[in-house]
Amino acid sequence: MSQALLNSITVFVLAVFLGIELISRVPALLHTPLMSGTNAIHGIVLVGAMLIAGSADSTLEQTLAFVAVVFATINVVGGFLVTDRMLEMFKRKPDRGEGPE
Amino acid sequence: MTFALSQTTINFAYLVASVGLIIGIKRLSSPATARSGNVIAAIGMAIAIVFTLLSPQIDSYWLIAAGVAVGTVIGVASARMVKMTAMPQMVALFNGVGGGAAALIAAAEFHRLTPALGHVLPEHMGAMLFSALIGSISFSGSLVAFGKLQELLPGRPIVFAGQQIVNGLLFAALVGVGIFAGATENGVWAVVLLLGALLFGVLLVLPIGGADMPVVISLLNAFTGLAAASTGFILENTALIIGGTLVGASGTLLTILMGRAMNRSLANVLFGAFGAPAPTGDAAVSTNGEVKSYREVSAEDCAVMLAYASRVVIVPGYGLAVAQAQHNVRELADLLERRGVDVKYAIHPVAGRMPGHMNVLLAEANVPYPQLYDMEDINPEFPRTDVALIIGANDVTNPAAREDPESPLYGMPILNVDASANVVVLKRSMSPGFAGIDNDLFYRANTAMLFGDAKASVENLVAAVKAA
Repeated sequence: MSQALLNSITVFVLAVFLGIELISRVPALLHTPLMSGTNAIHGIVLVGAMLIAGSADSTLEQTLAFVAVVFATINVVGGFLVTDRMLEMFKRKPDRGEGPE
Repeated sequence: MTFALSQTTINFAYLVASVGLIIGIKRLSSPATARSGNVIAAIGMAIAIVFTLLSPQIDSYWLIAAGVAVGTVIGVASARMVKMTAMPQMVALFNGVGGGAAALIAAAEFHRLTPALGHVLPEHMGAMLFSALIGSISFSGSLVAFGKLQELLPGRPIVFAGQQIVNGLLFAALVGVGIFAGATENGVWAVVLLLGALLFGVLLVLPIGGADMPVVISLLNAFTGLAAASTGFILENTALIIGGTLVGASGTLLTILMGRAMNRSLANVLFGAFGAPAPTGDAAVSTNGEVKSYREVSAEDCAVMLAYASRVVIVPGYGLAVAQAQHNVRELADLLERRGVDVKYAIHPVAGRMPGHMNVLLAEANVPYPQLYDMEDINPEFPRTDVALIIGANDVTNPAAREDPESPLYGMPILNVDASANVVVLKRSMSPGFAGIDNDLFYRANTAMLFGDAKASVENLVAAVKAA
């Protein structure tokens, strides 16, 4: 096993534990926004899509890479915007008054 | 490229970006900090993207610019225009394209690397095949979930004889094809793997019925995360590994938590063909062949019941979301509270089409948090409740889940609304719920039905309570 692969596996294993630890204390009312937010975060595939789009040689690779960039961008942009729209509704309401306070 | 940065600089930027993603997820777990958490995660993402553009690996920008432009237009337009009721299927769709992107990356890399036979490192080959398999399953599975929630496809489970055996054999065949594609480095087998995985994704989600859809979307979300992480192994990119794995791990845990809330294992959700029509037949006829009858109530009578009650529990469901009645419901609750009625909301973990769906809707109408009660907290209250007002909820109130071992819902924790003195169900018609199961609650002596669109019915109730 190469050192590079071992480093990648180390990062992977630590991220598994971190991911579980991060969401183990989330109240149920935030489950939808959390799912939507993590959904946006796996849009990080855009990084991979850009790397292959920037170095694609053949027409086939360019086509695949282009569609990958479009898909990943929709994932990132749409994901964060939809999450923000959901969370906009979670404004704190300290009292039930209709007034400005 | 004269402005290309060194790989070390870029990797450092990825570290900063990863910290942004981690802090973002952390802050998403509390209502007070959630919105800023989303912004911080987005900033982390932006850092990762901008520094990737400055990578020495990138020779040409036109393809990236065109793809990002098209994707941004589609992403912004769909995120802006979607209604709150359609949020779940929008999340499914965004999740699906993410999985599709991971599979396409794997396909392009396979095509680039394989002409030199024997040159591909085994770890790269394994990661490519994994990304292709999982990414494709997530893509087609999410599209089916979208189709079901958007009602382009029937929401009921679509089942055929021997389905589980077919799915099992197909998956085994896919693993075989994957091993063959890896060993021969032959593109034809890679295409077979991609197409077979697309088919498997469709077959995996088709037999799953309405009530389980949130669990499925969460599972596919985790799948896409893992597929993204796997592309990080192909491209040896830490940002991809960290971002993808965080989602893969947290998404898996979220899926398990949701399954637990329904008292069902993941295997049961995936292979149980939940919501298959009960063998007992006609919806309006009970097991002993007796025709069941229900009682209808007018808005005026119901309003009087509510206005002179001391404890009212409102049980919202998907019908509330469809009718966009959340503001009217809050108006009704405010009106009742001003008359001294104690009003609470009972939130079942899977009411609606996503966990937390009802919380989001009620938050939109500025219903205060302290009035929202989880299932565990509200269930002991029902015996002391005068009126349980059920607005567009169905399966989560079905007492068959408690009482009828024959029911597909049996064992799922439900809201015990039938323990209340009176139950009023606001519903369009007597049709069964999304899971396709008849609800015995409607035929009980203490239950009355108020037919009509949820919004119109609640408006009528508001007017009638004012007059009472």
